[in-house]
Amino acid sequence: MFRELLGGLRTTMREMVSPPITIQYPEEQRPVPPRHRGRHILHRYDNGLEKCIGCELCAGACPVGCIYVQAAENDPEHPVSPGERYAIRYEINLMRCIYCGYCAEACPTEAITLGPRLDLVDYKREHLVATKDDLLEAWPGFQPLPVAVAPGLGQAASQPSPRGAGSSHAGPAGSAPGLRPPIPGGRGGAE
Amino acid sequence: MSPAATSVLLAVVVAVVKGVLIIIVLMTAFAYLTLAERKVSARIQLRYGPNRVGPFGFLQPAADGVKLFTKEKVAPEGRDNFLYLLAPALAACAALFAFSVIPINQTICIGGTHGAGPLSASCPGGYPLHWDLAHLNIGLLFILAITSLGVYSIFLGGWASNSKYPLLGALRSSAQLISYEMAVSFALIGPVLLAGSLNLETIVTQQHSLWFVFLQPMGFLLYFTGALAETNRLPFDLPEAEAELVAGYHTEYSGMRFGLFFMAEYINMVTVCSIATVVFLGGWMAPFFFLPNWLGPIWFVGKVVLLLFVMMWVRWTFPRLRYDRLMQFGWKVLLPLGLANLMLTSVFVALR
Repeated sequence: MFRELLGGLRTTMREMVSPPITIQYPEEQRPVPPRHRGRHILHRYDNGLEKCIGCELCAGACPVGCIYVQAAENDPEHPVSPGERYAIRYEINLMRCIYCGYCAEACPTEAITLGPRLDLVDYKREHLVATKDDLLEAWPGFQPLPVAVAPGLGQAASQPSPRGAGSSHAGPAGSAPGLRPPIPGGRGGAE
Repeated sequence: MSPAATSVLLAVVVAVVKGVLIIIVLMTAFAYLTLAERKVSARIQLRYGPNRVGPFGFLQPAADGVKLFTKEKVAPEGRDNFLYLLAPALAACAALFAFSVIPINQTICIGGTHGAGPLSASCPGGYPLHWDLAHLNIGLLFILAITSLGVYSIFLGGWASNSKYPLLGALRSSAQLISYEMAVSFALIGPVLLAGSLNLETIVTQQHSLWFVFLQPMGFLLYFTGALAETNRLPFDLPEAEAELVAGYHTEYSGMRFGLFFMAEYINMVTVCSIATVVFLGGWMAPFFFLPNWLGPIWFVGKVVLLLFVMMWVRWTFPRLRYDRLMQFGWKVLLPLGLANLMLTSVFVALR
């Protein structure tokens, strides 16, 4: 009997002296897979122009209809996107989105991709409707918060800078003001 | 003021100071034992444990206290209100009382000449400062009596709640405590025979050459096993058995009323570990002869902490015993072993 009891005690003692395996989540984060489908990112070209041309193909491809796009004509003097039109409003209902990535596949200009960000919680439903401000890759001098992406194959050529747009905010909570009036064109993304 | 009145006043002041000190120390010990327990369990399960409140979670007990005090006190209908409120208070009081006779250090003689020999507790002409609240000649008997009082709190709590799980937990608990108390008492009689006294300080001083744990290894094991049962710790935590009885006798208690039961359990842990230290592990004696003996309280606390750690370690290692096996183990293993140990010790003492 004593041998078994001591064996049990030895096992627990061995576990006690070995380091914990817990990942201290908000401080420490696991790298997400390179093709992780998290919160969407609206990309820009290197010159700062938005890739989105407001064609609404993403909204059409979306199986749950969580994307709302309102297009507007570009001002030739101050174009927002290289095409004729751009998205004056671009909203995604993150509560309804199933993160299938069809929007990214449908996009002719690779303007929208799904990013690595997965901390999609908030206290208010309104905050979970991501607006263009939240989704757009910031520009210029954009410093993304470090989210490690695990090295691996299959990284799309247009894979964004890791954390994506809106990350100049402290976090999703309180940063996304929800449904906003239409944003005037030509606005630099970084706040 | 007459000399008699002065000495009475002095005794009262000293007793009050000691009592307050004991309560403060035990409460703090309780608070940090809960943290230690959670930390130990976490490390055994490869977790970190509480580390959000203060550095390394050091303020967690305070947060827990605030939570307990501000929680709604839900009480069942049809309860016996007086007993319902009495039970947790009794539990906490019994736990605190038992500590009052435990000597933490050797009696220090202030003023007069120390009695003959370094081990003497007598102090003619001076003021003997005892390191326990009540310097009783029957200290061990007092402890056994007071710890049995804890059964009442558990049973009253279970009965007064007017609910089935507490009642079942209380029934189990009283049966368990009564049967394991026998074994514990027999285990403690061995050292008493060897020391020839029930006074805890004498028991410690009798261990100056060899701790009783080496003369009474069986007694120590029996006592420790029984102590686990007495404090309702795993693997003998049948009274509270979360999985079967929800929480046993304190199911219907919430807020600080539950907190008092919880406190009683942890202070009881401290008490039984202190008794084990005093009776078997040489109390305040230095663990090795080359270490200074004047660090008495440090050695004492160190030994108690070690035993407490073992209790936690055991708790997070072994599963709960089935109830019939628990009773079988108590009556058919521990008690006969205790009796055999007692007889052997008696023979040894008689032939010495």
